[in-house]
Amino acid sequence: MITASNITHQHNGKPVLKDVSVQIPGGGITALVGPNGAGKSTLLSLIARLQPLQSGQVLVNGLDVQTTPARNMARTLAILPQTTEVTPRLTVAELVGFGRYPHHRGRPGPQDVAKVDEAIETFDLTDFRDRPLDSLSGGQRQRAFVAMVFAQDTEYVLLDEPLNNLDIAASRSLMQTLQGLTRDHGRTVVIVLHDINYACAYADTMITLTDGRLGPCGTPGDIVSDAMMQQVFRTDARILRVGDRVLVEA
Amino acid sequence: MPTKLLAGLSLAFALICVAYMTVDAKAGWDFILPFRGTKLLALVVVGVAVSTATVLFQTISGNQILTPSIMGFDALYVLILTGSVYALGGLVVADLAPIKTFLITGSMMVVVSLLLFGSLLLDNRQDLFRMILTGVILATLFRSLTSFLQRIVDPNEFAFIQVASYARFNDLSIDTLAIAAPLTALAVVSAWSMRFRLDVLMLGRNISIGLGENPHRGYLVTLLLVAVLVSVSTALVGPVAFLGLLVVSLARFVLPSPYHSHLLPVAALISAITLVGGQLLMERVFRLVTPLSVVIDLVGGLVFLTLILKSLRR
Ligand SMILES: Nc1ncnc2c1ncn2[C@@H]1O[C@H](COP(=O)(O)OP(=O)(O)OP(=O)(O)O)[C@@H](O)[C@H]1O
Ligand SMILES: [Mg+2]
Repeated sequence: MITASNITHQHNGKPVLKDVSVQIPGGGITALVGPNGAGKSTLLSLIARLQPLQSGQVLVNGLDVQTTPARNMARTLAILPQTTEVTPRLTVAELVGFGRYPHHRGRPGPQDVAKVDEAIETFDLTDFRDRPLDSLSGGQRQRAFVAMVFAQDTEYVLLDEPLNNLDIAASRSLMQTLQGLTRDHGRTVVIVLHDINYACAYADTMITLTDGRLGPCGTPGDIVSDAMMQQVFRTDARILRVGDRVLVEA
Repeated sequence: MPTKLLAGLSLAFALICVAYMTVDAKAGWDFILPFRGTKLLALVVVGVAVSTATVLFQTISGNQILTPSIMGFDALYVLILTGSVYALGGLVVADLAPIKTFLITGSMMVVVSLLLFGSLLLDNRQDLFRMILTGVILATLFRSLTSFLQRIVDPNEFAFIQVASYARFNDLSIDTLAIAAPLTALAVVSAWSMRFRLDVLMLGRNISIGLGENPHRGYLVTLLLVAVLVSVSTALVGPVAFLGLLVVSLARFVLPSPYHSHLLPVAALISAITLVGGQLLMERVFRLVTPLSVVIDLVGGLVFLTLILKSLRR
């Protein structure tokens, strides 16, 4: 379980998160949704200690992210940030290999090689294995970064808009892979999504954020409604229910 | 693959060293051995210091075009040296042993570059062109301040500041070698011992944290090593301009691997070969009066332009 308590955060004096307290259950997929600039990336990066906390506390599996040694944290929680820099000439296999670094600290063993191969296969990157990242399309590159995070083999995986640049086949296959990870391996995935339809279809829990404040939280089926779309996103998109599926008007 | 490359480069390096020691040896061995041996050691120290500083700097700044010299590190060292001559008086500085001068200037260099470049590099990675601009402005500022100080300093004292505006590979300051060589060795060993961390730091701040490395501490230590290495090479030969860029770009070109465990030794060997081989050719084979640094800066400058144009086109 991830417990964030009383997170208040400012960027250059401008409040971005206002006293956010939230519990993310262990196991399953939790979707973090909200309009642009709501503070989703900030919340995720604070949980993953990419930025120091200004106030409040974050516990991941009972480990305080501020004080737990960096290496232990890296074997518990992995993050894919919203924007990633690309090191020139690094190949896909080399990038994915870095996911194993917290486990081998520079000297990969046979188990690490196997995990890397598995990640490359899972994310359909076999054909691009030895291609430099800067020669790939945006979606292929995005998949390579997801594969790296996957290879890190942590109980908690945080993904900031991993569907960016992915076509519908790649998006669905990524979400299904994540679902498999949570169901079969008991892993916990926290994912920022912009497409509410994906959130409704794949998330077990949904957390909403508007203007730095927590909105409705719960299972998508329970909380998604016309009123909620208005409250969180300030749009009058209508909700259609087809059987037990929830669909949001485009 | 890198093993073969390393073996080939080591062999070439050994051959060039032997050639440097023996070609055109007219005087007796008891003269040549210490005389040429010291010069050879100094050239190798400079070569390794410059290539290692360049690789480290490119890793923490997240690009493969900038080097410490382009960012004004060498110019800063010359400015600090000139500044101490101005403040203390050239005669006082001249009275100090060269080693003491080097230690004083070098430690000031470390402090000032951490203060100055620390904030630029540590927080967030800057856009490449903003970095180039900052570097050009800083380097120009340091050089103008240096020439200003040189102008107002007493002409007798001025004679002491023999740091030219280009590198002097055939007139190295051998007297600081006793401290420069061990310092370089120490810095190179430190860089080698953090080679795996450097691989991770190269991926940028956020990914480093995700993989359990503290980028702030890593960048700081690396910047410190860069400052030490630049002090060493500048004290020995003066500002080297495009040498670092030339040899490290060459190393990246012949080496397919991005890992520091391969890049550091390959770049160091190429750099040492370039300096010793270049000096051998210029000094003894062609007997040219053109200093080696002019050739290196010409070729290195062209490489710099090519790299910038390539990154612009993307
Ligand atoms: N480095 C920064 N400096 C200043 N302000 C920032 C910085 N990063 C984010 N902000 C501000 O903080 C607020 C929240 O940003 P954040 O990136 O967390 O939003 P988000 O919910 O992830 O948005 P998006 O859906 O567009 O990714 C925004 O108003 C943004 O302008
Ligand atoms: Mg975001």
